[in-house]
Amino acid sequence: MGVEPAVPATVQEVVNWARKNSIWPVTFGLACCALEMMVASSATYDISRFGAEVFRPSPRQTDLMIVAGTLTKKMAPVLRRIYEQMPEPKWVIAYGACACSGGIFQSYNVVQGVDQIVPVDVYVPGCPPRPEGLLKAIIELQKKIAVEPAGQRSLVSLPWGNNG
Amino acid sequence: MDSRSAGNLLKEKFPEAVAGIEEFRGEITVTVEAQKLFAVMTFLKQSDDLSYDMLIDLAGVDFPAQKLRFTISYLLHSMKFNNRLRIKTMTAPGVDVDSVCALWRAADWMERETAEMFGITFKNHPNPKHILLVDDFVGYPLRKDYDVKGPNFDRPFQVSLEE
Amino acid sequence: MAESRTMTINMGPQHPATHGVLRVLLELDGENVAKSEPHIGYLHRGIEKLFESMTWRQGLPLTDRLDYTSGVSNNLAYCLAVEKLLDIEIPRRAQYLRVMMAELQRIAAHLLWLGTHALDLGAMTVLFYTFRERETILEILELATGARITPSFVRIGGLADDIPDGFLPRVSEFIKDLPSRIDDYETLLTKNPIWKRRTQNVAAMSAKDCINYGVTGPVLRASGVNYDVRKAYPYSSYQDFDFEIPLGKNGDVYDRYLVRLIEMRQSGRIIEQALEKLPTGPVSAVDAPRIVPPDKKDVQTDIASLIRHFKIMQEGFEPPVGEVYASIESSKGELGFYLVSDGSSNPCRVRIRPPSFINLGALPAMIDGVLVADVVAAIGSIDIVLGEIDR
Repeated sequence: MGVEPAVPATVQEVVNWARKNSIWPVTFGLACCALEMMVASSATYDISRFGAEVFRPSPRQTDLMIVAGTLTKKMAPVLRRIYEQMPEPKWVIAYGACACSGGIFQSYNVVQGVDQIVPVDVYVPGCPPRPEGLLKAIIELQKKIAVEPAGQRSLVSLPWGNNG
Repeated sequence: MDSRSAGNLLKEKFPEAVAGIEEFRGEITVTVEAQKLFAVMTFLKQSDDLSYDMLIDLAGVDFPAQKLRFTISYLLHSMKFNNRLRIKTMTAPGVDVDSVCALWRAADWMERETAEMFGITFKNHPNPKHILLVDDFVGYPLRKDYDVKGPNFDRPFQVSLEE
Repeated sequence: MAESRTMTINMGPQHPATHGVLRVLLELDGENVAKSEPHIGYLHRGIEKLFESMTWRQGLPLTDRLDYTSGVSNNLAYCLAVEKLLDIEIPRRAQYLRVMMAELQRIAAHLLWLGTHALDLGAMTVLFYTFRERETILEILELATGARITPSFVRIGGLADDIPDGFLPRVSEFIKDLPSRIDDYETLLTKNPIWKRRTQNVAAMSAKDCINYGVTGPVLRASGVNYDVRKAYPYSSYQDFDFEIPLGKNGDVYDRYLVRLIEMRQSGRIIEQALEKLPTGPVSAVDAPRIVPPDKKDVQTDIASLIRHFKIMQEGFEPPVGEVYASIESSKGELGFYLVSDGSSNPCRVRIRPPSFINLGALPAMIDGVLVADVVAAIGSIDIVLGEIDR
């Protein structure tokens, strides 16, 4: 009886494990879904057990953008600019029906889906989705990050930008 | 003085400006000619018997079938006598209406919104810029001939970061 | 000779303390604000235009998304306006239940305001306390309506459905605990010297200025003006309830905080009275066959009910030609709906009188000459909701 030897892991697996357990979101609540996002960080739903309760106002210190709410054409350049200010690796969750596809607002000023502006990794439908939906989205995102192959994203993020 | 008597007092004092008085569901609406609007509003605010010191709402409505297609509706409230009065005026595209910002500062933003949604110009407005729409927006959304989906709804939206 | 210039900074649409997508351009002279200019419209979804393309009944879910901190209040304002236009009478049980839900929503909205306002000014503990109470209210509302934030429960003619069995005991349990919880928040903030230094004599507005700017709600009452739509133009049987309107003296941020706390206590009083005196009876108007849909059981067994249900959902009803204005006292101020009907089943014009839009117009006057840190306190004290401002 001995201790089983530790399973050797590749560098990429360790990096993926570190990234998925410390996802820091940027505060990007736009409309009603922002309230559910705020509630998800409170005691009942506790997003902090996934390592994600550090909501940073500045995009340069974050890896995840949760677009919660309706994106209008006036706000779209701001969204793109914040996305480009985030360093690699970065992921996007589209939270709520309006972020996924425009929601109930088929009007002249609403962008019909955030994926017209930024690439989205997880979609959460609902109007608004329950906070558990956001937690499920983070779990799915963690599963997605865990299987990222080596070479898909650079291991080190350079400050003068190779954001792609 | 309650709003019904206010309407009658207006008709006595400005007989050529008041085009009509209606009552519907307990609300009094006085229709006023656009040129005399500022004089009527000044009287409504400054008279001690009426004292309408708060502008609650300012709305535009589009009736494309009528000759003067835009109706602007002002809802006034008197704190002293606790009643509401609605003043309506009609205008057409290209015809300016006096702004009431000098009387009630609440009208500032509400007139900016009505102006950009319908294409009405308010004379002597201190800051006639767009408020809800982008500065280079083309068209007037709340007019009846503007489709709710807007132009290019089916094409993806291109965002530009030049500015 | 060196000349002094002002520096313009941007408090951008993405900001943790602007309560949504609000952009304020600040021209600073050192640390004081020389001029400020709010830019809004980053959440303009075209709700007023969307109303015109739907029937009167289909437009109701759009109202939930206006002031999204208190969904039932917006439904109530819209339904009151449509019912005034149609001139139908609402049964008393429905009116009392509407009052109960509206006051629960007022408490929930004020709790959210208190948590986020305190968070902006640095008192993070209060957020977790208030969110605990707010979760209780949202669970109670979910029991009756099915949704936490966008209920669409108050319908034209009454309510969507009667309340389920466990609803009233849970409400009364919550109301029994409420005064002690508000005492908790007061212990943390009211006599706290840091809170008082940050909020007293900051962004004060006189009563005359408030009336001129059209400001309503707790901001107006903190300046000493006694105007509350529940007392001035009572709606939905508020005249049957006994409650007080708190008034402030100086109109600064501290007074607005005290006014809202007392309003929460008074809302608890109103809900207690509604629980005691709740009448029995129907929850929808009984003499409005073209407006109130029939019971689901009848729709599935009786052909006449099926046809009536179909016509209500497809075609809607045609109100008389005319225009009405109806307003309620929401947690932000006077929320009004101005409806113009041309006799068809779609509205001709739905104009929403948003309290936060007009209150925000007074912001440049409030923050003239204050320090930058006080701008955050001022914006928080007005209690804005961008869904309502931009519509």
